[in-house]
Amino acid sequence: MSHSHDHDSHSHGSTKSYIIGLILSILLTIIPFGMVMKGGFDETFVVIAIAILAVFQVLIQLILFMHLNLKTQEGRDSGSFVFFTAVILVLVIGGTLWIMYHLNINLM
Amino acid sequence: MATDTMTNQHVAAHDGHDDHEHHDMTGTKMYAFWVYLMSDLIIFGSLFATYGVLHNGTAGGPGGKDIFELDFVLVETFLLLFSSFTYGLAVLAMHKDKVKQVIGWLLVTFACGAGFVGMEIYEFHHLIVEGLGPDRSAFLSSFFALVGTHGLHVSFGLLWMAIMLIQLSTKGLTDMTRPRIMCLSLFWHFLDIVWICVFTFVYLMGAL
Repeated sequence: MSHSHDHDSHSHGSTKSYIIGLILSILLTIIPFGMVMKGGFDETFVVIAIAILAVFQVLIQLILFMHLNLKTQEGRDSGSFVFFTAVILVLVIGGTLWIMYHLNINLM
Repeated sequence: MATDTMTNQHVAAHDGHDDHEHHDMTGTKMYAFWVYLMSDLIIFGSLFATYGVLHNGTAGGPGGKDIFELDFVLVETFLLLFSSFTYGLAVLAMHKDKVKQVIGWLLVTFACGAGFVGMEIYEFHHLIVEGLGPDRSAFLSSFFALVGTHGLHVSFGLLWMAIMLIQLSTKGLTDMTRPRIMCLSLFWHFLDIVWICVFTFVYLMGAL
């Protein structure tokens, strides 16, 4: 029973963890919007910065809102499946952009 | 004979671990829902790849810089982020068995989600009226496909939430409604995560 309770409080979070998630997400939303709307920064720098901030916000929401964890519970863990999907996505998106970019250059 | 024995054993195991069985079922359902969400993510990934390839194909029409209104998108983003947070509070209330609180937070979530869809429909309508529909250029086709698919997902999430509100008020919190609320929570947070990628890679990078 106590094990089940531990498991519950671990995998469902608390009001505190949701509020932390909300505050961090608001910050990670305002900063990239501010950078683009205010302007005046180097374009390459802004692209890299907002991409990194987006990755952070996705991770925060995955961990604090969706309670993704890499610990195996009852032989199943969503974490490894998400990781596998991320690999597929990198192949699909990265591969597409790579091929099409080079096709574009070669046909120009 | 062998089959019979196996069935009996299964029944015995089932009776013996009835309490555990429900817990297992929720775990299995949520794991299966993760599998669905990841397959959905592949769809969004393909649409992002399409947009990435076509976003410069404006066919002499306007590009992202000319049509994206960032303050409008910022409000949409906050609506979706806040709805994700209030859904989290609904799940916390569910674990404390407070049905009224669950319904209350779900209503707030629904209102934010409906506001988001409303704003997106307004944006799309505005663009189409100005002659900048998906038929204008490759850029706009891929833009409408990507953002429209996300909007459709949010709309179906709202439909699901409306059904859950009805089931909660008629059935209450049961072994049947609880896993559904948990799966919808995964779906709702997942849509917020997709939106993070949309506002970053489509709107912000397009407006640069």
